[in-house]
Amino acid sequence: MSEISQEVLDQIDEAVKQTPILLFMKGTPTFPQCGFSARTIQVLESYGVPFRTVDVLANPLVREGVKEYASWPTVPQLYVGGEFVGGCDIVCEMHESGELAPVLEQVAESAQGEAGSPEPSDASG
Amino acid sequence: MRERRQRVERALEESLEPVHLEIEDQSDRHAGHAGARSGGSHYRITIVSERFGGRSRLERHRMLYDALGSLMEVEIHALAIRAFTPTEWTEQRS
Repeated sequence: MSEISQEVLDQIDEAVKQTPILLFMKGTPTFPQCGFSARTIQVLESYGVPFRTVDVLANPLVREGVKEYASWPTVPQLYVGGEFVGGCDIVCEMHESGELAPVLEQVAESAQGEAGSPEPSDASG
Repeated sequence: MRERRQRVERALEESLEPVHLEIEDQSDRHAGHAGARSGGSHYRITIVSERFGGRSRLERHRMLYDALGSLMEVEIHALAIRAFTPTEWTEQRS
C-alpha cells in the first residue's frame, strides 16, 4: 500500500480541494458497480445539488490512492468542501437524520455562485 | 467462512470491548459480482460499545477499521457499519 506515488496523492488532493462535492465511487452514477456506491448516489441525487464523481475502477492507482489519502479502507468516499464526510453508511445516516442537507446546501450555493452551471458531470480521473 | 468471521469477531472484541456485537455475513448476496471474485467477504456489523461515547461517526468507523487492521485489506471486501453507545442502542430499539 505504500507504493502509491506522491503524484497520485497530489492529484487526489487537487480534485478534493477544487470540487465542492466530490464522490469517489465504483462505476458511474448511471452504472454504479457496487451497491454501496449506488446507494450513495441515490442519496446525493435526491438533493438535486451538483456533484462530481470519480470512478476508482478506471484507475487502480486512484483506487488505492483514495484509501491512503483519507486513511479510509473503503469506497465510496464523499468529500464536501474539501472535507471527508464518510462512506455509504455515514452518508445514509446523515441523510436520514437530516444532517446532510445543510452540509450539502451550504457548499452547493457557493459553487453555483462561482461556476454558474450546476450540471453534474463525471470527472475523468 | 466461519473462521474468517471469528477473526473479525475476535479483533473487534479485543479492541473495542463491545457489549453487543452482531456480524452478519452477506457474502452470498454478492456472489458473482466483481468484488466477490477476489474472495473477500461482505459483512454487516452492528456494534455497541462504551468506547464510542463522544466520538463522531467518522471516528467510530475509523476505530473499527483500526481494530480490523489487515483483515480489511484482504479478507473483507465490503463492510456496512452501525456503531452505537449503549445509550444510543437503547434509544434505537425503543
